Amino acid sequence: MQLSVKDGAVGISAWTLADLRDNEEAMLDHIELPTDFALRLMELGFLPGHPVSAAHSAPGGDPRVFRVDGGEIALRRETARHIFLRKH
Amino acid sequence: MSDCHDCGHAKTASALGVVPPPKATVQRLVAIVGPPNSGKSTLFNRLTGLRQKVANFPGVTVEHRLGKAHLPGHHDVDLIDLPGVYSLQPRSEDERVTFDVLNGKKSGLRAPDAVVVVLDSTNLGRHLPLVASILSLRLPTFVVLNMADDLRQRGGSVEVESLANELGTPVALISASTGEGVSSVLRFLTGGIAIPKPVELPVLNDLPACRQWARRVSNDSGYTRPAPPVWTRRLDSVFLHPFWGPLVFILVVGAVFQTIFTGARPLMEGVQAAIGNSGQWLRALMPDNMLRSLLIDGIWSGVGAVLVFLPQILLLFLFIAVLEDSGYLARAALIADRTMARAGLQGKSFIPLLSAYACAVPAIMATRTIESKRDRIATILVAPFMTCSARLPVYTLIIAAFVPDKPFIGPFIYTRAAAMMGLYVLGFAAAVFTARVLKSSILKSERTPFVLEMPAYRMPTWNSIGLRLLDRSKAFLKRAGTVILGVSVILWILCSVPMIDGKAPPIEQSLAGTLGRAIEPLIKPLGFNWKIGIGLITSLAAREVIVGTLGTIYGMEPDRDAAGLQAALHRDLTFGGALALLVFFAFSMQCMSTLAVVRRETGGWKWPIIQFTYMGVLAYICGFVVNRIWS
Repeated sequence: MQLSVKDGAVGISAWTLADLRDNEEAMLDHIELPTDFALRLMELGFLPGHPVSAAHSAPGGDPRVFRVDGGEIALRRETARHIFLRKH
Repeated sequence: MSDCHDCGHAKTASALGVVPPPKATVQRLVAIVGPPNSGKSTLFNRLTGLRQKVANFPGVTVEHRLGKAHLPGHHDVDLIDLPGVYSLQPRSEDERVTFDVLNGKKSGLRAPDAVVVVLDSTNLGRHLPLVASILSLRLPTFVVLNMADDLRQRGGSVEVESLANELGTPVALISASTGEGVSSVLRFLTGGIAIPKPVELPVLNDLPACRQWARRVSNDSGYTRPAPPVWTRRLDSVFLHPFWGPLVFILVVGAVFQTIFTGARPLMEGVQAAIGNSGQWLRALMPDNMLRSLLIDGIWSGVGAVLVFLPQILLLFLFIAVLEDSGYLARAALIADRTMARAGLQGKSFIPLLSAYACAVPAIMATRTIESKRDRIATILVAPFMTCSARLPVYTLIIAAFVPDKPFIGPFIYTRAAAMMGLYVLGFAAAVFTARVLKSSILKSERTPFVLEMPAYRMPTWNSIGLRLLDRSKAFLKRAGTVILGVSVILWILCSVPMIDGKAPPIEQSLAGTLGRAIEPLIKPLGFNWKIGIGLITSLAAREVIVGTLGTIYGMEPDRDAAGLQAALHRDLTFGGALALLVFFAFSMQCMSTLAVVRRETGGWKWPIIQFTYMGVLAYICGFVVNRIWS
C-alpha cells in the first residue's frame, strides 16, 4: 500500500531527500512509502509543505541526519530516496 | 522565574473549576507520558527518587515503571513512567505498553487517574500533537514543558497561561534536570485535579491537520522557537566528522577499557585486602571445625572472590551511563548502522545490542522497540554474545593471571586492556556473524527502515547517574548474596563429602572432585582440568559464579598460598587452556536469567533451546581450535 500526500504541487519532480547536498534546504512534497512508515515519518516532522535540510552523515554518507521541524532525524539513503522534494 | 510560572499555573487550575476532592481511600495513580527524550524519566526520578533508567537515547524505557512520590501531608501518589511515544497509534511493542496503560487495558494495572504529559519545550510544534491525542482521553491532564533552562538559554519563550487556555488544562514550564518548577508538578499530584475544559481538537488521524493545529496553538500562546542548539552542532561536526568521528569513537572505547583496568585496580586491591584480612581475622577467632570451614573456605572465599569486582563493574556502568545520558550513543548508533546493515540487522538493533554490554536481560526487553518480528528474534538471539558485565570478572581474572601488563599501543593502551578489548570485539563479531547467518536463512525478511532521532547533547546529571550506580550495586550485591552464596554453600558441601575420619576429604576425592573428573574427558580437548570443569557446571547459573567457585576450590586446597587465585590458576592452566577458557566464556550461554527472559519474550522454549545449543556448540568448537593452536 502506498501513501502519497501531495500538497498542491504542480507536477511531481524526481528530486528526493537523497539528492540534497550538505546544508541545502528544500520543501517536502510527498512521501512514497508504506502507510505505517510514512505516518511515523510525518509524526517526526516530515510533513508535506515543511522545509527540510541535510546535515551530518555517518562515515560513507549513509545514514544521514536531516533537520526538519526543529528536530534532527537520521534516515538511510534507501528511505530518503522515497521522500520527494520541491523548490520553495 | 519558576515561582512566577507556579502562581500562573495555580490561577489557571482554579479558573478551570470542577475540582473533585482527592480520593481518600485509593491511592491516586498518575501516568507520565511524552515523546522520547523529553525527560520523562528524569522527572520520574526527581519525583520518586526510585530506581529508573534514564537515557538520552530513544527507546530506553520499554516497560512501564512504577514508583511512589512521597508528598508530606498528603497520601503518596503512585507514578507510572511510560515508554516514549510520538502519538497514541502504537506501532511497536513498547508503544503498545503506553497505549494499553493509558486505556486501562494493561493487565494487573488499573487505568491511571491522571496524566502528566512531558514535552520538550525547545521543540513544541512537533510535540504538541501528542497532547491533542491525550486530551481526547478526557483524563485530568497536566502539561509539563520540560527543559526550560535550555529554552531560555537559546532565546526561546512561551506564555504558559495562554497555552493553558488554548489547551483547557494547566501547563507549567519546568526543568526536570535542575529541579526548576518541579514543585508545580507536586502541587498537581496533591491538589484537586480537573478534567480538561473542552477545546477544539483536530481530527487525530489527520497528521497535517494536527500539525496545523499545533502551529496555531503555539503561535497563539506566543511561542518563540529557540535558536538551533549551537553546541550540539559544534560537537556533531567533530563526532560525526567522516574522519574524526570514527577515530573519536575508537579512542572513547579504548579509554573506557584502559580506565576499567588501571583505574579500578587500587579500589579492587582495597576490597580484596579487606576481604582477605577479615577472613584471616575470623579464622583466628573461631575454633577449627566444620562451621569455620563452611564460613571461611566456602562462603568467604566464594562470595569474596566475586565481590572484588564491584568497583570495576560500577566503573563500566558509570561510563555507559555518561555516554547514554549525554546523547553520544545516538551518534554511535548512526556510525554503526552501516555495519549493522551488513549483518542484515538495522540501527534499531544497535540500541538493545549496546545495552547488552551491561546485561543481556534488559537488552532482550529493549528489542520491543523493533517493529519487525523477525528482526526482533534475530536481535534476541545474538544479544547474549555481546560482552555483558558478568563476563568482566572472568575475563579480568584470567587476563591478569596470564597476560603481562606492558605498553601496547603507545603509552595509553596496555596489553591487558587490549586483550580485554579484543574479547569485546570477538563477542561483537560472533553476534554479527550469527545475525548474518540467521537473516540469510530462517529469519530472512525485507530490510526494515532505520529512523533515529538525534537528541541534543546534554550534561548528564549526578542525580540520574548516582541512582543508576546505586541500582547496579544493589543488583550485584543481591546476586552475590543469593545465587553466588547459594552455589558457594552447595559447592562447599560437595567438596566436604564423603567425609574421611570426620574430616573433609582431599578435594580430588570429594563429590565435587568426582563430578569434575567425570566431565574431564569431555573438556580435556579444550585444555581444561577437572577444577575448571566444576566451575563450568556452577557457572551455568551465572557466568561470574565460576570466579567464586574457583575461589572456593583453591581456597580448600591444603597448599593454599597468599598470592591467591591468580597464581593458583597460572599454575594449573596452560596458556592455550586459558585462551580457550576466555573464548568459551565469550561464546557460551551460561545465564539462567537470560534463558528465562528469552522464553518470556519469544513465548516458548523453542528459541531459548536453539540459542543455548548453538552458543554451547560454538563455544566448544572455538575453544578446542584455540587450545590446539596454542599448545
